[in-house]
Amino acid sequence: MELLANLGDGFVIALTWQNIGLALLGCFLGTVMGALPGLGPSNGVAILIPLAFTLGLGATPSLILLTSVYYGAMYGGRISSILLNIPGDEPAMMTCLDGYPMAKKGMAGEALSLSGIASFVGAFLATWGLILLAPQLVKIALLFGPAEYFALFALAFMTLGGVSSTNQAKSAFAAALGLGLAMIGVDTQTGVPRFTFGEVHLYDGLDFLVAIVGLFALSEVFIFLETRHGEASGSGRKLEIGRLTPPWAMIKQCTPTMLRTSFLGFLAGVLPGAGASLGSFISYSMEKRLVDKEGTFGTGDPRGVAAPEAGNNAAAGGALVPMLALGVPGSGTTAVLLAVLLSLNITPGPLLFTQNPDVVWGLIAALFIANFMLLAMNIPMVGLFTRLLLIPPRILMPIVAMVSFVGIYGISGSTFDLMVMIAFGVMGWVLRKFDVPLVPIILGTLLGNAMENNLRRAITIDNGDWFTLIDSPLALFLWAIAIIGFILPLIIGAKVKKGMHERRDEEGAISD
Amino acid sequence: MSDRIFGVVGIILSIGFAISAFAIQESFLSDAVGPKAFPLIIATILGLSSAVIALRPDPEPVWPAFGRLVEVGASVVVMLLYAQLLPELGFVISTAFAAAYLSWRLGSSVIGSILTGVGTSVGIYAVFHLILGLSLARGPFGF
Repeated sequence: MELLANLGDGFVIALTWQNIGLALLGCFLGTVMGALPGLGPSNGVAILIPLAFTLGLGATPSLILLTSVYYGAMYGGRISSILLNIPGDEPAMMTCLDGYPMAKKGMAGEALSLSGIASFVGAFLATWGLILLAPQLVKIALLFGPAEYFALFALAFMTLGGVSSTNQAKSAFAAALGLGLAMIGVDTQTGVPRFTFGEVHLYDGLDFLVAIVGLFALSEVFIFLETRHGEASGSGRKLEIGRLTPPWAMIKQCTPTMLRTSFLGFLAGVLPGAGASLGSFISYSMEKRLVDKEGTFGTGDPRGVAAPEAGNNAAAGGALVPMLALGVPGSGTTAVLLAVLLSLNITPGPLLFTQNPDVVWGLIAALFIANFMLLAMNIPMVGLFTRLLLIPPRILMPIVAMVSFVGIYGISGSTFDLMVMIAFGVMGWVLRKFDVPLVPIILGTLLGNAMENNLRRAITIDNGDWFTLIDSPLALFLWAIAIIGFILPLIIGAKVKKGMHERRDEEGAISD
Repeated sequence: MSDRIFGVVGIILSIGFAISAFAIQESFLSDAVGPKAFPLIIATILGLSSAVIALRPDPEPVWPAFGRLVEVGASVVVMLLYAQLLPELGFVISTAFAAAYLSWRLGSSVIGSILTGVGTSVGIYAVFHLILGLSLARGPFGF
């Protein structure tokens, strides 16, 4: 019953006016960012991190704000999928398949409310999964020494390209690039400067927030400039919604689907290298195989709307498990959330649960609260969000760019950081052209120093013997998973990616 | 072809990285591994993956026409100018210009882009400075 007591403490922390207000704000902003094509969850969280800091929010309030954005974006993505056939963010891709046909049949309102309920079920169950699974994982993680941690970091990088990755060389390139960027600055163990080229600003290392905002938010602005895509996707189309309550029979029909796919999505979220996009893809494909006997999937079957939505929201919750318990995120947005923790001087991982229980349980309680808020926001108020789809990018994108500048300038007040951010924006744009994933770069800059420290600690403990890295069964086990995770996509990656991206829009290419 | 060039650039980058790693001064008090080893491992991975990219290129990405590249380049220049001028002109003026430029290049009419620029700048100033108390760059006029 310790669990319930902890959860109770968490609610005490989360239920202050400030935190409730932040959760509400986060849910609203998140839904907006999820709904607008071109702004995904990782973008949304990235833009808001610097602001959360400059506002001087503490650890728990910042996390509550940003995870509410994360959950909100997962809810919001479905809105433009259903109404416009354009996924608002990548995990919502599969929702287009049945959501848009439903909207064409005049059932847009039903599709929106049903998918809202499915999102709620997925996220709610996944939050319980997080509560139950994370402490167990912590128990395992306490057995980890430096060598095991080094193997775990390697595992995260090698699997991050994901099952859907087609070019592992580019994932590896991205990871190495990120790690290389993390090496800039004064070496923490011996105090010698590395890769600073005499530039004093670089002695502290690159601020990873600058890198994140540049890579995610600014590169998006460049993509829009390049394609000159300034008109709203929703303009010139009638957004008819219709009745906003799904018939009881429809919910009943979809309940088994939602439960099954929540479980599946959660698993996909917990596993390294999968993330929400894969969660929704697997959920949809499995449901299609399992219940689609009349061949109605793809023509506006409500179960085809419920499955990917429950799946991707459950995966979003699942992805928090390794991030909180091990300090190693499994997806893009959780990597960005890790940046939040690190900047707040909180080291995620097993010790987080003993040293900062207030942060963990406050966050979990906030997730529950956010979930109910999102359900309330996404069913009766969905009309408000559909109207936001009419904001054209030619107005939205300058705002995104300027808010990014404000946030970064607010942290340091230095022009140098702004220049670095622009450089990262250009780099992100070029790399996206080459189909190089950006998430490993972020993870590299975030974890590079921790990874190196663990390597050096492990070897120093064993008097310079490099074989200590593969000395324990646990380390060997982690290395084995890492290698399988790296090689598997080479065999099956192309097939999965093809299935996932058949109908993908060119926008919002930052995968989760 | 693009991927081959990319791979070659990556290899050059990894060589440069390795050379600068060798140039790191060792401290007289060092642990068993030292500050060079991990960067060298990274340089190796960077080089190997670049070589694979160069040898087994993906299909050609869609490159924009020359005009669009100039467009992106011009906006980078505007952003760099913005970063430099921010402390000189103050937040409201420089942001209004930069936002108006971006909005204009994304296809707003001249009047529309001026409105967007001023609106963005004043809006951010009101929300973040006046309400939330964030300190923004102060220009000669104090805003």
